[in-house]
Parts: sequence; C-alpha cells; structure tokens
Amino acid sequence: MSLDREQKEGAELLLMGNEAIARGALEAGVRVAAGYPGTPSSEIIETLSRFSEAGKLYVEWSTNEKVAMEVAAAASFAGLRSLCVMKQNGVNVASDFLLHLTGSGTRGGMVLVTCDDPGALSSVNEGESRHFARLMEIPLLEPSDFREAKEMTRWAFTLSEAIRNVVMVRSVTRMSHASGNVVLGALPEIAGKAAFCCDGPVSDPDCGPVISTPVVAKHRLQQEKLRGATTLFEESPFNAYEGPEDPELLIITSSVCTLYSREALSLLRAEGRTGILKLGTTWPVPPALLKKRLASAKKVLIVEEVLPFLEDQVKILAAEQAHEIGIKEFYGKNDGTLPMVGELNPDLVAAAVGRILGIDPPSVPAEYREKLTALTALVPKREQTFCPGCPHRASFWGIREALQRDHRGGFVCGDIGCYAMASLFPAAGFHTAKTLHSMGSGTGIASGFGKLGPFGMEQPVLAVCGDSTFYHAAIPALINAVHHRADITFIALDNSGTAMTGFQSHPGLEVNAMGEAAPMVDIAALCRAIGAPVVVGDPFALTETRETLNRLLEEPGVKVLILKQSCALSPGKKGKKTFLVRVDETLCRGDACGCNRLCTRIFRCPGLLWNRDRKKAEIDEVICAGCGFCAGICPAGAIRNEEAAKS
Amino acid sequence: MNGHLVKDPYNIVITGVGGQGNVMASRVLSNMLVRKGFKVTIGETFGMSQRGGSVMSHIRVSPTAVWSPQIPKGTADLIVALEPIEAIRVLADYGNPTVKILVNLRAIYPVGVITGEDEYPSTTVIRETVMALAAQARFLDATDEAIRLGNPILGNIVMIGAVAGMKVLPIDRELFEAVIRDGMPAARVEANLRAFAIGEANVA
Repeated sequence: MSLDREQKEGAELLLMGNEAIARGALEAGVRVAAGYPGTPSSEIIETLSRFSEAGKLYVEWSTNEKVAMEVAAAASFAGLRSLCVMKQNGVNVASDFLLHLTGSGTRGGMVLVTCDDPGALSSVNEGESRHFARLMEIPLLEPSDFREAKEMTRWAFTLSEAIRNVVMVRSVTRMSHASGNVVLGALPEIAGKAAFCCDGPVSDPDCGPVISTPVVAKHRLQQEKLRGATTLFEESPFNAYEGPEDPELLIITSSVCTLYSREALSLLRAEGRTGILKLGTTWPVPPALLKKRLASAKKVLIVEEVLPFLEDQVKILAAEQAHEIGIKEFYGKNDGTLPMVGELNPDLVAAAVGRILGIDPPSVPAEYREKLTALTALVPKREQTFCPGCPHRASFWGIREALQRDHRGGFVCGDIGCYAMASLFPAAGFHTAKTLHSMGSGTGIASGFGKLGPFGMEQPVLAVCGDSTFYHAAIPALINAVHHRADITFIALDNSGTAMTGFQSHPGLEVNAMGEAAPMVDIAALCRAIGAPVVVGDPFALTETRETLNRLLEEPGVKVLILKQSCALSPGKKGKKTFLVRVDETLCRGDACGCNRLCTRIFRCPGLLWNRDRKKAEIDEVICAGCGFCAGICPAGAIRNEEAAKS
Repeated sequence: MNGHLVKDPYNIVITGVGGQGNVMASRVLSNMLVRKGFKVTIGETFGMSQRGGSVMSHIRVSPTAVWSPQIPKGTADLIVALEPIEAIRVLADYGNPTVKILVNLRAIYPVGVITGEDEYPSTTVIRETVMALAAQARFLDATDEAIRLGNPILGNIVMIGAVAGMKVLPIDRELFEAVIRDGMPAARVEANLRAFAIGEANVA
C-alpha cells in the first residue's frame, strides 16, 4: 500500500522511510520538490510526484542534483517551501551551489534531504554527506525511525524559516528503504502566491537581491543563524536519553544506529548498565545536553556509521568541558572498537558493547553453529549480472566483438548506471570496461585518454554513458572532447529511462515526473550540434553494431554511436517476449562444437542454461525475456527465434 | 494463533532472487500484520535486486516496539525462501535450532552455475540440509503452481498463502484479501486469491 490522497489524518500505515520523509514534506506544505534519482533516495520524489497539482505542488526530476537544488532555491526565494532530494554523492554535485546558497540564505523553508549508503549497498562509494553540514555551516538532522523521519522532515521546514537557511536531513539506506508504522498527520491547506521581492538593498533579507556578498558580513550572519539552531537543539524532542541516570557506559548515537544500539543492549541484557543518548540534531551537537550526559558516565561509546563525525564533535566538547565533567574513556572509530568502513548492524554493536562491558553476546549452540558454518561450502555465490533481455549485455557483446577484431587493445571508460556492472563484474561486460568513477566521468576520462596519442598511446578509447547520465554530466565532457579533438568513440546506451533507479523520467523522454507531456531533448541532435558525427543503432542488431564500431574506431576525433533499445524491465516491455527462443538440440553440438560453450560460459545470460546431463545448451523459459539476441551469437545456429504471439 | 506472537520481536526473513517478487511478498505480509495492530519493521536491500542478485527482507513483528531493520545473526524465527539455495544462504547466517523454514523448490541458477564454475546442490541435498537444521521445514513447488495459474510471478503469493497455512502467524485469507484489495488493481485480485489458497492448502 502506498501513500495516496485518500488516506486520512490519524491512519497508521506501513511506510517506507522515504515515504515517511515525503509525507513529512507534504504535512509541512511543500510547494516545490526537485531531485535527481539515486538509490536509496528516489522514492521521495516519486511519492511526491503522485501528490503534484498545478499551483499547489510542483515536482521535477532535474537534470542533475545541482540544478535540482537551484530549482528548489528559486521557490524558496519566492517565498515557497521547497525540498531538494539526492543521494550522498549528489551533494558533491550540488555543493558548489550549496556553498553560495548557504551564504546568501533562503526565504521560504528549504530542506535538503540526502540519503547516504553506508556499506555501498547500491553505490560505488560510501561517501558521507554529514560532513557537508559542517563544511557548509548548516544544521543537520538525522531520523532514527520512521515516525521521526516524517516528524523531522516537517520540522526542518520550520527550522529553515526560523534561521533563514537551508536545513539538511540525512537518511541512510537502512532507513530510506526500510519500512515501519507511521501515523499520518494533517495535510495543510495550500495557500500563498509566489513572488520574488528583490527591489530592496543587499542588506534586506526579505526584499534584497539574494547573494552571498558582502562575504564576511554574510558569513558572520550565517554563523549567527547556526548558533540559533544550536540553541533550539538543546530543547529538541529529537534528542533523547534512555537508561539509568549514572550508567556504566554511555552510548551516543544517531540515525538507524539508535535501533542497532537498542537491539545490542537487548541482546546483551545490558539495559540496566548502559544508557543511550540518541541525537536527532547531529550538527551542531547541542553542547549543554551533551555535557549533562557526559558528566554522568566514565565510559563513552560513539555508535555511528563510516567516519567518526559525531565522535570528533563529542571529543572536542568533552575536552572543552573536561575541567568540569572529568576525563572520559572513549570508544568508537579511532580506537578500533567499531569499523570505520562499511555499515553497522546489531551484531557489530553488540560485540563492541560486549567487549567494553565484558559480556559475551548470545549465540547458537556450538554444535549447531558448526553445522551452519559448513553450509557456506554448499551455497554457490550469486553474482549480479545484466537481466535477461538487457540491451546492455548486447551492447557490450557488440563492443567486445569490435574490440577483438580491432586488435589494438581498446577499452571502455565506464560510467554510472546499470551498465556500471560491466566495470564492477568484468565478466558481465565481457572484460571491456576498465574505469568507473562518478556520473559522466567516463566521457571526461575518455577525453583525456583521447589526447594521449602523441604520447605513444595506440589503444582506441571508448566511453559508454546511459541516457540519463548523458544529460546529468556527460555533455560538458563531450563538448570538451570535441573542442580539443580528442580521439574517442562515445557510445550512448539509451534504454529510454533512468532504468537503474526505477524508470524515472529524464529530458530524453516526452513525459515529466508529474506525468505531463514534455518536450524531448534529443541526444543525437545535441551531439550533432556539438559537432560530432552521430550513428544511431539497435544493440540487438549485432553485425551492424560491430561493423559500425569497427569503422568508427578507425576514424579520428569524437564519434558518437547511440545504441537505442528500451530496458527489459521497462513497463512497456516487461513480461512481453519478442521471440520464443529455443535450442535446436539437433544443431547444438555441445562440448564437441569447439565454441567452448560460448552461450553459457561467456555470454552468461541467466536465461541460457547448460544441461549437464545432455551436454547441450537449453533455454529457461521462465527466466528468458525473449529478446532473441543469443540466436545471433551461436556459431552453430542452434539457438532459434520464433515470433512470439502478441499479447 | 489468536493474534499473539510466540516471541517479541518475531523475526521473519523472506529471501529470493531479484525479480521473484520478494519485496512485494514482504510488503503484503507486513501490511497484514500492521492491520492486526502490530508494529512491523521491514529491512530491505533492493538497490540492485532486479539484477540477478540475492534479495532479503527482514521483518520484525512486535506488539509494542520498533526494532532494527536488520535481524541479529542466529535469531530468525521463520525463513521464507522463494529459491532453494537462498534458504540455505540465509540459514547459514540467521539459523537457530528453533527456526521454521518454508522453501520453494524452483531453482534459479546463478551465473557461476550456468557457466560451470560452481555446483548447484541437488534437491535431495537441499531438503536434507534444511530438515537437519530447522525445527520445522516445508517444501513446495510454488513457481510450478504459479505457472499453472498463468504467471510465475505469483509464486511469491503462493508462498504467503503457505505461511498462513503453517499457522505460525495470526494471518488468514480474509486479511490477505483486505490487504490486496487495497493496493492492487481489481483485475489482479482473483489470481492472487487463488495463488494464496493454493499455498495455504499445500502446507495445511
């Protein structure tokens, strides 16, 4: 059950953390929401888009996070409440604007929600957005459960208006993608007209131009605002202490780590000996509250994920107050009690608390444990790979064949999207993709490689980039490559949507986040306007792709190949087979073929199986998506396509 | 089961492979329990779940409290596996002598098995392993049942029906119907009800 307009105030629903955040924004009367898709944040904008309504709530998927923040800021400058949403590395993208925005200040309440991914469950980094709050000198809130995710987001708008600056709310994967009970509050009547008052002097926060200068004066004002937030934090209900008044051990924690800490104490039956100071306002940490709790315990454990962000703050405050509260014994990241990489869980926290208090965490009987340990040998790993019917597998197969024929050791600069798997799991991309960094970086790196010819580099350079990533960050890199005559072959893997995060719209589609018709910005036309020759092809047409690529690899300068085929999971395609694919056993020569089981061992589509008894390939009809591409790779022609009946 | 749990929190793991409807199964089951008045926490990892990886939902059920979205190791009360080796993978981390397990026997071979790099254990080995480690184990061919109903994806609902049939949680067909009528197009409700009934009958 998802959030909808019909649900009444007071209803208790099972909501995903991201839905709770979206509901909090709705209950605050948010008018403009903008974001760029990125796991684990995407469901916030998706949820809000279902509540969009002309003149009441405008929602967009912006081309990137910086633009999203600028769009949201404009609404704030015009007096409306606004929200911008991104995953952790999105804040890096938006940070240049954020630095200036926090200097200029805001008007209507403006909230930045970032969803971090400790442990990189669906990221290629475990970057920490919390540090941006300190760097940018803005308040930071972190919800520890689903109810709080909603309440905190709602209050963040109030706080933003009180201090006239952006407020950051930070979630993590285990909060954003977890679900729990949430009681709905009332949705306010939406009123108020947008108007940008800008005729006054620079010093007028209500009617002056919105700029970050004079810098020193504005910076001083910004710091005063932050001190104002700290004062409010001292009394905030989002900070709470539970446990004995003089605990043997004080845990200081925030976010989902609060739940891990509670569970750890429950596992160890250590609730009577340990207190938990759960902080919802984690930058700046309220000093008086912290001092009071630090005074009550000798041993202090800071439980947080990845870097010691809270730990550093707590230690500084403890040092400043040591003459009053005494010297503390600290446990956390710096002494190795908890790991400084990866996500936490109840077991890791229980082990840490157990070591400090001298309690062994409970475990299953030793004999049973041995049997469990033996199980791991029985279970084959389950490597991630492209889905059955995925056009990316076909694209990389075409690239593989072209590079094999080219013989010069060419390679692909990878990028962010499902096709990143070509870099992450080399076999999934047939060992063609060799770099993987941030959004659009494949093209920028290729632009650099493409200038190394005079240094003796003879390898052809390719870059791949998905459609959404193209608009996000590849365009400046491609312009750079064209202007500087870099020798690169740029391949746009256009699968008609932001597939990795769930088919959010982007400027290449004729629809926007709210489901309205939107003008499509054509990738091919843009590339031509930049000055690059463009070929558009279908990745499922193997021979054509290979031949086109082999031709382009011989040509100097920037060449663009757009491989267009929609994602196998896209709503229009999912569950619909183009072909009924069969293996003709009379043609499959099995191990005697000499192909060395090309279809199953190298091509690796989950829909193709190797029957060990019959020693022939076969199709798993439940798994096969019916794209029919594999029929073109079998050297014996044993894989046959039959037109599937149109359903 | 008169609306009571044998343990607080009661810990359920639903596991499978991306694309099997793991997340939907956990949502449906959890929504049924929320309607019964429980506090439910679901922890999920689904960022890459549609790309052939293992998927796991942790469900914590409590009359009073919000628990961590990750179940501590060795403390699952019920494991619902939409795929057989995923049952064993989860058992290795979360198993204990009192755990109950429900296993769909339809295998989805990992890429390494397809390529011949890894071995997939036989159904006999899987059955024997699960039975040796669980207090109660039930096996069914949920995918085959779902294919007979016309859509293999309904295997997840066959499994939810089987959970109801095991009578370890205070859930029944009426509650299931109420939940799916609320969150699903009317045209799909009938097939889901049939899938649920088949699962329920299979283990009863």
